[in-house]
Formats: sequence, C-alpha cells, structure tokens
Amino acid sequence: MEIVILLSVVPDTTVRVRLTEEGLPELSQVPLVINPWDELALTRALELKEDPASGVEKVTVLHAGPATHDAVLRKALAMGAGEAVRIDRDPQDAWEAATLLAEYLKEHAYDLVLAGVESSDYNGAATGLLTAGLADIPSVAAVSYVEVKEGEILFTRDLEGGREQVRMDAPVLAVVQKGIAREPRMPSMRGIMMARRMPITVVTPAQSKPLTRTVRFEMPPPKPPCKMVPADEPEKILDLLEQEAKVIRF
Amino acid sequence: MSLLIFADNHNGHFPKHARELISYGRRMAEDLNTQTIVLVTGALSDEELLLPGKYGAHRVLVADDPRFEVLDHKLYTALIEQVVSEKGVTHLLFSYSPAGKALAPLAAARLQAGYVSAVTGLPENYDPFTVRKMIFSGKVFASVEISTEKKVITLAPNAWKEEILGEAVEPEKVSFAGLPQPVTDRLSLERHEGRIMLTDADIVISGGRGMQNAENFRLLEELAGLLGGAVACTRPVSDEGWRPPEEHAGQTGKIIAPDLYFAFGISGAIQHLAGVSGSKVIAAVNKDPDAPIFEAADYGIVGDALEVLPRLIEEVKKRKAARNR
Ligand SMILES: Cc1cc2nc3c(=O)[nH]c(=O)nc-3n(C[C@H](O)[C@H](O)[C@H](O)COP(=O)(O)OP(=O)(O)OC[C@H]3O[C@@H](n4cnc5c(N)ncnc54)[C@H](O)[C@@H]3O)c2cc1C
Repeated sequence: MEIVILLSVVPDTTVRVRLTEEGLPELSQVPLVINPWDELALTRALELKEDPASGVEKVTVLHAGPATHDAVLRKALAMGAGEAVRIDRDPQDAWEAATLLAEYLKEHAYDLVLAGVESSDYNGAATGLLTAGLADIPSVAAVSYVEVKEGEILFTRDLEGGREQVRMDAPVLAVVQKGIAREPRMPSMRGIMMARRMPITVVTPAQSKPLTRTVRFEMPPPKPPCKMVPADEPEKILDLLEQEAKVIRF
Repeated sequence: MSLLIFADNHNGHFPKHARELISYGRRMAEDLNTQTIVLVTGALSDEELLLPGKYGAHRVLVADDPRFEVLDHKLYTALIEQVVSEKGVTHLLFSYSPAGKALAPLAAARLQAGYVSAVTGLPENYDPFTVRKMIFSGKVFASVEISTEKKVITLAPNAWKEEILGEAVEPEKVSFAGLPQPVTDRLSLERHEGRIMLTDADIVISGGRGMQNAENFRLLEELAGLLGGAVACTRPVSDEGWRPPEEHAGQTGKIIAPDLYFAFGISGAIQHLAGVSGSKVIAAVNKDPDAPIFEAADYGIVGDALEVLPRLIEEVKKRKAARNR
C-alpha cells in the first residue's frame, strides 16, 4: 500500500504578520515550514509504515511549488518519507494547486492520499477536497484518526456533536485534522544525513489557472485597550458584561 | 440565476449556523434580485421544516431518505450537482461546519466554480464578486475575487445573525433516483448528548492551565450552567485529560465565535486566540498582568481565577434570584 501526502509549504506565521507599503503581507524574512497539518499527516503515515500489520510500504510527499521550497521538502525526507515529488509551478490559489495535484494523481498509483485540513497562511481549507473532486477520488473529511489493518482503511471522522468510525476502500483521499497524530515527528540525525543525498523528483506541471484572486489585504482595526476591573470587586465585571457589552442576562 | 443554501440537519434540527446561513443567503439574494433555495437532507419534523421559510428561504427542497444518514461525499455532491443543474443555481452557500467544509469544495470542483471559505459577511462587491475572509489565523483580512460564473462560499461561524425574514413555505421533495451508491461504510457512531454544542453557544466559559487541575473545572461548569453557556479549554488542558478533546479551542481545535468568551487562567497564546478571536466580547481573568490574553480582551481582572470564580458564581446566583422574585 502506498500513501501520498499533499504537502503545502507555508511561512511560519506564529510570528506577527505585517503589511508592506504596497499592502501585501511582508513575509520575506519569515522562514518556510511544512504546513503543520500536513506535517501531522506525514507523521501518521510514517507511523503506519513502521507498523508491519498495516501493509503500508511507501510514503510519498507531493507538493506544487517553486524550487525554493526544496529545502522544506528535504525535511519531509529527513522525517522518513521515501520520495518527495515537486510539481514545478507556484500555484496562485487552491484551485490551481488542486489542478496540478489532481493531474499528477491521475497518472500515478496510490491507495491513500492524506491532506491537512487547511494551510496556516491563507486558511483556504480547500485544496484537499478540490483535488479529490478534480481527480475523481472518493473522499472523507474531518478525519481525526486513521488506521490501516490488512489493507482495510478505517477513519475516525468528527461530526458536529459526535464522531463516527467509517470504512472505505482504496483509493481514497482523506482530509485530516486534530488528533491524526499527537506531535510532529522530529527528523533524526541519520534521517537528515540521508535526505541530503536523496533526489527530489521534479515534475513538469499540467495546464492550470487560478479561479480566485486576493485583491486586497487589510489589518484588522486596532482594538481599544482592555478595561480592567479590580480583583477585590470582581462582581463589577458582571455589570460591564450585562449593561455595557450586553452579552449576559440574569 | 438562483442561490442555493445547503442547510445542515443536525439530528432532526437546523443548527444555529444553518439558520444564520439561510438569513445571510436571503440578504444576498435580495442584493442579486433572485430566489433562495434551501436544500436539506434526512428526516425533519413538519414543524422544523417550517423554519427555513421564516429565516428567509423562498423554496425548500428535502431529500429525505435513510441513505443520507451518513455523509457520503459522492452521494451528496451528486445531489447538489443535480439541484444546481435543475434550478439554474449560480451561487452556492454552505456553513463552515464539518459537512459544509467538505461539500463546498467538492461541489466547486464538479462545477468548475471558484471557492472561498469562511467569508465574514456579504460580498463587498457583486461584480466582480468579492468577499472578505480572515487569513493567517485571524491576523489579516483578505478581499478575494471569484472570477467564475458559479460561485461557492462557506460562511464563517457567527458572521451573521439569524433573522425572521419571511413566511413558512411548503417543502418540496427532490428525487434522488439517479444518484450513485454510497461508498462510506459506517461502523460505529458516538454522540455527545445533552450539552450545548460549543460551536452553537452564545456564551463560552473557558479554562486554561491556570485552573490547575480537572477538579477546578467544576467551577467553570457551574458558571456556564448559570449563564446558559458551554465550557471550552486550551490545548494543554485537553492534552492533560482534564477536559475532553472536543472542548479544545484554537488553531488546532474548534474555531468558535460566541457573543462572550470568558477566559480563566489562559495565557492567550496566538494559536489559542486563532480559535476564539472572532468572539464579540472577550473577558479574561489571569493573575499575570502581562498575560497576552489582556491584549485580546475587552474586560479583564488581574487576579486568581480560583478566588474570582466562586465570587462570580455567588453574585450571578444572587442576581438571578433577585430577577425571579
Ligand atoms: C502548532 C501549534 C498549535 C497549537 N494549537 C493550539 C490550540 O489550538 N489551542 C490552544 O489552546 N493552544 C494551542 N497551542 C498551544 C499554545 O501555544 C499554548 O501553549 C496554549 O494555548 C497555552 O495554554 P494555557 O493558556 O492553558 O496555558 P499557559 O500558557 O501555561 O497559561 C496559563 C495561564 O494561567 C495563568 N494562571 C496560572 N494560575 C492562575 C490562577 N490561579 N488564576 C489565574 N490565572 C492563572 C498564568 O498567568 C498563565 O497566563 C498550539 C501550539 C502549537 C505549537
């Protein structure tokens, strides 16, 4: 069985984001990382590969992006991915990324595709399922756990106010979220050394174009300072919440 | 041209976000001078089926069949595609719920339509169609243009208030004879019964590591109970097992946007705020005056949560008793 991870490369935006004078996000100084969700998906795929009962033999990461992202793909190899494939175009929106990924998947064999729920930069929450739709692969989403037992793929799927376990046949694409793995795997020293010598498979992109365009960025207006209530009269916060903010009633 | 609203059916009820989505869709349809069609699947009582009309639907289509019990992507996407082609739908609206987040991009792929997730209000512009959303986990607003004739969006949680905008309309049955067989095989189902759903709650009382142990969360439950709210927590709290994982709010947990988010013993890490910054009002109790939560909060108390909470609980009880007298 082969697992493919749709991997997105994002600026590490746990730092503050600013806009340039032209009104674009200033990200040139921000380091690039594997999108946190995809990193957890990859971690889970590697766990499965190490479990002989799963029958998972290969884990591939698939990315559409420019050559400047190769260093990040190498981290995925260092974590333990067997192959990194880069489709050589920098997609301008989720539709374009999904088109490129879907065209690749149509031409290659795989059993399970995992995609993180969203990228931490544009929060589009779209690429995984657009890819499933465009490649016409059965899909499942809101997946908080995946197990593979003797070729059977079992998903835990979160529902509103509950969860369920579902079984699906391969090939299938799953959009994964919280719970899929606990902590992202750290590459070992040996992994890092090996990854240096591994090639990155570069693929010529199919025809693609974006369907959406961000026309303007804006910082949210600054918030007025927090009104402080003295700790020896905490009851006063209830007055403020009831009479000024009008968000509670008795 | 018409506008399709996919309304989630949650155990035979329209959840709050579905009602909000219908009202939102009605407003958009008025701007576009067109009709709102609500599509709903599964069983709903006759009484519940009167609601979409009241919240703004011109037509209500019901696909009621046991096969819709499990969210099978192929089946649902085919149903949506069928309605889109039969009714000449140009605008498709979904909630930012587990079902909506799955079906909106799948429908967009089938229809070759541009998709924008979690929009925060009515379009800024209809031609070109431009909607606003938050990016970088709530740190920046982006205005995004969709260039295709058909448009698909999901509405961010609590971005719109439900309004009574119309009259009940007679639901119509949709045929689903030609739809594909489901491929999602459900093995088990577990429901979290009897609690206010966190994503539905107007008031959320939340605790962080500063609550010190699982036992102390009783205080938060009590305050939530008195105010009619739900309890949430930070990630370390659910990692520790003090609270169930479904209560964890933040970038890696639930995104919530209640009227009031009341944080006790929460530092206000950026990943936590990413899940709660859409709240209308944030109040916080933290013993550290420099805790970042106070930069996000509207009202604050620098103090010990374990001392403040019993006093707030007493006071709320007193005021409720006075109101009821
Ligand atoms: C990739 C990534 C994703 C993450 N996703 C999330 C997420 O989705 N949600 C999330 O919550 N976190 C998330 N985190 C973790 C996040 O960075 C913080 O570590 C976490 O939110 C801190 O939780 P806390 O506020 O409960 O604990 P702490 O940061 O330990 O804060 C405890 C606070 O309680 C105060 N305090 C202590 N005792 C008292 C008392 N008696 N009375 C009043 N105040 C008291 C302290 O002053 C302190 O401010 C993520 C981290 C990473 C790296």
